[in-house]
Amino acid sequence: MEGYAAKQRNIKIVMHVVLIIMSFIMLVPFAWMILTALKTNQEAISVSPFYILPHSGWHWENFGKVWQSYNFITLYKNTLLMIFWRVVCAVLTATMAGYAFGRLKFPGRNFLFSLILVQMMIPAQIFIIPQYLMVSKLGMLNSMFGLVFPGLVTAFGTYLLKTGYEGLPKDLEEAAMIDGCNVGQRFLFIMMPLTQSSMVSLGIFTAVFAFKDLMWPMIVCTNADTTTLSAGLAKMQGQYGSEYPTMMAAATLAVLPMIVIYVIFQKQFVEGIATSGGKL
Amino acid sequence: MKQKMTVAEKREARWGYLFVAPTMIGLIVLNFYPFFNTIYQSFCKTGDFGRGNKFVGLVNYQAVLTKSETWQALWNTIKYAIIEVPLGIVIALLLAVLLNKKIAGKSVYRTIFFLPMVCAPAAVAMVWKWLYNTQFGLLNNIFGTKIAWISDPKIAWISIGIIGVWSIIGYNMVLFIGGLQEIPGDYYEAASIDGATGIRAFFHITLPLLSPTTFFIVQTRIIGALTIFDLMFMVMDKTNVALPKVQSIVYLFYQYAFTNGDKGYGATIVMVLVIFIMIITFILQKLEKRVVYHN
Repeated sequence: MEGYAAKQRNIKIVMHVVLIIMSFIMLVPFAWMILTALKTNQEAISVSPFYILPHSGWHWENFGKVWQSYNFITLYKNTLLMIFWRVVCAVLTATMAGYAFGRLKFPGRNFLFSLILVQMMIPAQIFIIPQYLMVSKLGMLNSMFGLVFPGLVTAFGTYLLKTGYEGLPKDLEEAAMIDGCNVGQRFLFIMMPLTQSSMVSLGIFTAVFAFKDLMWPMIVCTNADTTTLSAGLAKMQGQYGSEYPTMMAAATLAVLPMIVIYVIFQKQFVEGIATSGGKL
Repeated sequence: MKQKMTVAEKREARWGYLFVAPTMIGLIVLNFYPFFNTIYQSFCKTGDFGRGNKFVGLVNYQAVLTKSETWQALWNTIKYAIIEVPLGIVIALLLAVLLNKKIAGKSVYRTIFFLPMVCAPAAVAMVWKWLYNTQFGLLNNIFGTKIAWISDPKIAWISIGIIGVWSIIGYNMVLFIGGLQEIPGDYYEAASIDGATGIRAFFHITLPLLSPTTFFIVQTRIIGALTIFDLMFMVMDKTNVALPKVQSIVYLFYQYAFTNGDKGYGATIVMVLVIFIMIITFILQKLEKRVVYHN
């Protein structure tokens, strides 16, 4: 039996070696981003001698410089507000529609739901030009409304929530109906609280994808003080692309808040993004 | 003839319409009207400042389809997909199988692999651009090479593909782990009694039973890869000589529709992309019945 145990141990070691090498590959870009952010430009571009760590002190002031000169407070504020409104709109409209599609009977329900499914199959790029023209005609370029506009409703979220409501037991609602609750009360006080996990999943999914989106904010918010972190980074790179420590400090500031939130709520994040994706 | 609805049924129907109204109105305004509007615009010539759409029939299509630039961009996009989809899936599957076993530090590994998923691609692309820098980049320094990772047309598309793989592994992996956990343990027990363990169990039990998950990931990743934009936009400077050999179809769309302001031409490029994706989706649907194992 000793041979078996030794073999098992060796397998475990090989597995860890593979996982550690992969972890290393995944982390190197982040490490290099932060290390470069703490160097002077001179150090960052010195090839021989090649410095891995900053050798003339750690230049934390790079972050301060970037923070001020690129108006990061505004970028954070815009990004946060955009995420907030998109999550509120998506969860609100999708939970209502999801309940109706999952629990209520009304003529035309199947047809309307098939429209939801059709929307999910169409590549989103086809919507962009007209959406832009609408925002532009409304005079809403460079505004929060413009940023939130494409995310006011969500076909995918409706689908996700519908699945959530369908999975709930029937008798709960029937009991409430006997007690004289109308549909609105049944939805609000009995059914909706039970789909919390689906709502959290949709919220996280919406937030992460709003945060990552680059093209839409670049199109509708061309001013540096109305745009989001992603589009702001694109602007900065166009202007200061060769100041490597500055760019890496900016990149660090852009990704750090989401990483911190992710590490704290990682279970919800992974589940939210994966179950949302998994049912798409 | 349908029976008349009772009062209660009518009331329920009214609630139903009330609840779906915001979503349906939103879908019409934000998606269905734009869908048809883009199709219409692809037949129009955009005037100066985006004004005065003039119906020109198939002129845009003729221009788009006869330019070698369009076909090159489509080919670039396919090449990107050829790197990202298979590599992203195979590596993710390997990691998922490892993390599905009893192993210490499981959640730490998972957290690390999933990390790129919560990072803005704009920032990720900036960092990789710096890693790839020919003169000062980390990669050339470590390997002692002078490779022009992102400005040599022959290899730039591979370099971009590698960023794509790095970014997507964690996401695919988490989906695979979900699929693996749904495979009942007794399948493996039964197989081990028959002497099938390890690699053989993987090929004869895991892979077939995982095929619905795999197929789903393949499908979503192909469509995701065909609409790639951020990486090309952030990594490739406009002056980069390798750009024509790397720019994706969505990148081309963005350039024409929003940098040059030619909405009609941009709409036509989108139509080419949408039709291409529909063909791919159709082929995948046909394939599904053959490659996916159903219990």
